[in-house]
Amino acid sequence: MRQAELIAQAGKIVDVAGKDAPLTVRGLTVSYGNKPAVFSVDASIPAGSMTAIIGPNGAGKSTFLKGTLGVVPRLSGEVRIFGKPFHEARDRVAYVPQRASVDWDFPARVIDVVLMGLYGSVGLFRMWRARHRQQAMACLDRVGMADFADRQIGQLSGGQQQRVFLARALAQNAEFYLLDEPFAGVDAATERAIVTVLKDLKAEGRTVVCVHHDLSTVNEYFDRVLLINVRRIAEGPVETTFTAEHLQETYGGRLAETHINDLRLA
Amino acid sequence: MSFVDYFISALFLQAGYNSALVAVGAGLLGLSAGSAGAFIFLRKRALVSDAISHATLPGVGLAFMIMVAFGSDGRWLPGLIIGSAISSAIGLILVEWITRKTRLTEDAAIGAVLSVFFGFGIVLLTIIQTMSSGRQAGLENFLLGATAGMLISEATTIAIAGALAAGFVFLLRRPMTLVAFDPEYAATTGVNVRNIDLAMMGLALIVTVIGLKIVGLILIVALLIIPPVTARLWTNQVGKMIGISALVGGVSGYIGAVLSAAEASIPTGPIIVLVAFGFFMISALFSPLRGALASALRHHKFQRRVHRRQGLLALARREPIYDGLTLRILRRSGMIRRDGVATLRGRAASEKASRDEARWAVARRILPDDSAIERYDGLTPIEQMMTSDQIAEIDRMIAEQNGAKA
Amino acid sequence: MINDLITALGAEFVQLSLTPILIGVLAAIACALPGNFLLLRRQALIGDAISHVVLPGIVAAFLVTGTISAIPMMLGAGAAAIVAVVMIEVVKRLGRVEPGAAMGLVFTTLFAAGVLLLEMTDTSSVHIDVQHALLGNLESLIWFDAEGWSSLLDPQALATLPPQLPRLAIVLVGIMLFIGLFWKELKISTFDAAFAGAIGIRTGILGFALVVCTAIAAVAAFDAVGSIIVIAMFVCPPASARLMTNQLGRQVAWSVLFATISAILGYVFAGYGPGWFGSPYAVSAAGMIATISGIIMLLTCLFGPQRKRTGQQAEA
Repeated sequence: MRQAELIAQAGKIVDVAGKDAPLTVRGLTVSYGNKPAVFSVDASIPAGSMTAIIGPNGAGKSTFLKGTLGVVPRLSGEVRIFGKPFHEARDRVAYVPQRASVDWDFPARVIDVVLMGLYGSVGLFRMWRARHRQQAMACLDRVGMADFADRQIGQLSGGQQQRVFLARALAQNAEFYLLDEPFAGVDAATERAIVTVLKDLKAEGRTVVCVHHDLSTVNEYFDRVLLINVRRIAEGPVETTFTAEHLQETYGGRLAETHINDLRLA
Repeated sequence: MSFVDYFISALFLQAGYNSALVAVGAGLLGLSAGSAGAFIFLRKRALVSDAISHATLPGVGLAFMIMVAFGSDGRWLPGLIIGSAISSAIGLILVEWITRKTRLTEDAAIGAVLSVFFGFGIVLLTIIQTMSSGRQAGLENFLLGATAGMLISEATTIAIAGALAAGFVFLLRRPMTLVAFDPEYAATTGVNVRNIDLAMMGLALIVTVIGLKIVGLILIVALLIIPPVTARLWTNQVGKMIGISALVGGVSGYIGAVLSAAEASIPTGPIIVLVAFGFFMISALFSPLRGALASALRHHKFQRRVHRRQGLLALARREPIYDGLTLRILRRSGMIRRDGVATLRGRAASEKASRDEARWAVARRILPDDSAIERYDGLTPIEQMMTSDQIAEIDRMIAEQNGAKA
Repeated sequence: MINDLITALGAEFVQLSLTPILIGVLAAIACALPGNFLLLRRQALIGDAISHVVLPGIVAAFLVTGTISAIPMMLGAGAAAIVAVVMIEVVKRLGRVEPGAAMGLVFTTLFAAGVLLLEMTDTSSVHIDVQHALLGNLESLIWFDAEGWSSLLDPQALATLPPQLPRLAIVLVGIMLFIGLFWKELKISTFDAAFAGAIGIRTGILGFALVVCTAIAAVAAFDAVGSIIVIAMFVCPPASARLMTNQLGRQVAWSVLFATISAILGYVFAGYGPGWFGSPYAVSAAGMIATISGIIMLLTCLFGPQRKRTGQQAEA
């Protein structure tokens, strides 16, 4: 009987993170061809948390992120952002794609890229103005790239490119930040700078989700984890969820051992 | 004789020596174009051949002018072919040079080379038209090809060159397959990737210049592209794909030439291309491997399986289902009643689904390297992927765990 | 020399050369502007494909209407361009092939169909042929009623301007409006499509609008100048401009300059150049304009200040 009631009770998803949580995903499936890259994944991200999405290469972490934002088409599943469909909550979300997904030979300067983050506040048929420029400079300053504002983006190092992407996201002034591999291939100084900014965001009450691949830094950077290997393996606070058992299930046998050993060393 | 009668007699080479030779020549041209095109397509450089073919025009014009300057009438086919080969080779080198030396990408280099060479060729043609020997040169036939009034010597030249090109492809098929499939790996096995790439493009060049007379320089690229795209729809194996591609090219060339011989108003080049396109359309719709109908059917079935499975798992976990499609599928397959309550069958199926999920979770832990884990798509019943012994072992472990918890 | 120049720019110039040059310049700029974005989106060859399918478009329009007036022809060509773009998408999805192969398959097929239709119908009474579609007819677009520069102020004479001139001017204004109004959206979605989608830019519609814009430019230009210039102007001026600067705005400005120079020099060389070598005949202006744009591109490839690649390319 309970079951029938539940099924009959159409409406908002009720969940641990609350119905207006930054992100609630139910049964998300995305497939390229006839093999699912992400299969029936549930997730709920509470406000003010900092979550790492973890899993082996090709396990669908980036696809999960893109699926939630509708950048790739979903086969099935339901996504709510602050309790609404994504297109109604777009202004409250900032997405940072993988650095390698764009052509850095594009004819633009660093400041031009950051200005793209202010798109929502400029308005249709209008151009960027001096005050937008000031805002963009402030965001660049926050990631330590103010001196590079007029530099051609092709001349940046990998770490600098990642900081520019983060500055663009900061310019969006969102409540919910989704970052795809922000620490991939960046130098140590950049990694520290990015972590500082992300922790500041969290301190301001904003929510951060990162696709992350370095298990040794999970404890230090994040407070929650979502373990994915095509399907959801586990989700929850780092202390209770980021366990050897779950890692083994996520990564499989030997691979897990090396990772877990790394973890002990760190 | 009616068109159909003539077509049938031409099809079996009974319509005169000349048209038979043209048909065989076009068939051999298509065969070599199809096989060479297969490698170029696999190497993802289909449109480089477009630059090569357009770049032949200045060579044709210059060769004509030079031959006239030396007192000939300028229409000697081998001379024009050599001229076109030289200028398209220069075009090819320029595409490579622009891509390597500047920040421009290959598509921009291709577009620039093909339009500029073609434009310059047109300038030369307008000069030739003003020359006293140029008025009847018929060089504009190289744009769209023409087999009417083709000399026997020309048809023979084309047939022999087509056969040679096909033989050349056959000799180089192994290294070219390697390079087309995985250039980095090919390099480690000692294959000179750059030379093989050059050979591939050289083949495209040969096919282009021998095809000028029959198909014309604007459309010859179709014979390098359509057959491999068609062949790809039928097979996932490189060897078979090259064979099918050569076959499609050869048959298109042959049938096209025969059609055009049967009805003089049908231009040869365009009809060959359209015949090839006909093969593509049939394959794109009906190929059981990658055809549209088969794919759509598979996708539809797959999506329904995903929704069904997710619905069953939700039932097992006593979670509400909101997705309309999921509800419809469950209702139709008799898993739930109209009011959403699970039927007996539904309860059994959902218990089975959730038991299998638990089994897979254990399997991933204890058999992480098993190939079944790798292949599992999230939907196939576990009995089809593991032996009953394995499943029994997994069930035993689940029982142990539950026992430990209790 | 000075006298030559004065005669060259006299009444005869206004009558015979001013309008073709203006038409050439407008067509070149109309193509170069969208070409900038096609270049950066790695779609440079869409222009190539579209200009090939103009021929089947006008042949189909002729078969339907039975006339060769401009409006149905342009509609036919525009429709063919859109059909081609949709077909390329379908072939890409159906055959799961790379865009280059899909494009090559579609435009050769449509072009072949156009030639076949043309050859198999009786078009002897009217003047459409393959050569015209390829080469256009720039030299013939003269201004009969002009008597000198003063005619530019004479409404009666202005009314007899070749219709291609105002038509191209309107198309150019439309393209400039599109690019100007959607500058931000075009820039963001060209640089980072995933980000653009996430901040709410309709990247699919915008990309299609750009292609439609390209088709309109191609169709309006081909009637006057033929397909060759169209392809050359989509690719060469933007590509040369990319090698001059690292800023999008400046790149667009350079491409306009290069397109203008190509059109003017190309026309002048084609019309007057053979005379310098003692030949009484002119050569194809369309071919010469394409050739000049190629020479400009060669020079920028050799000497352009920003010719070297600095940033790494996107993966996949």
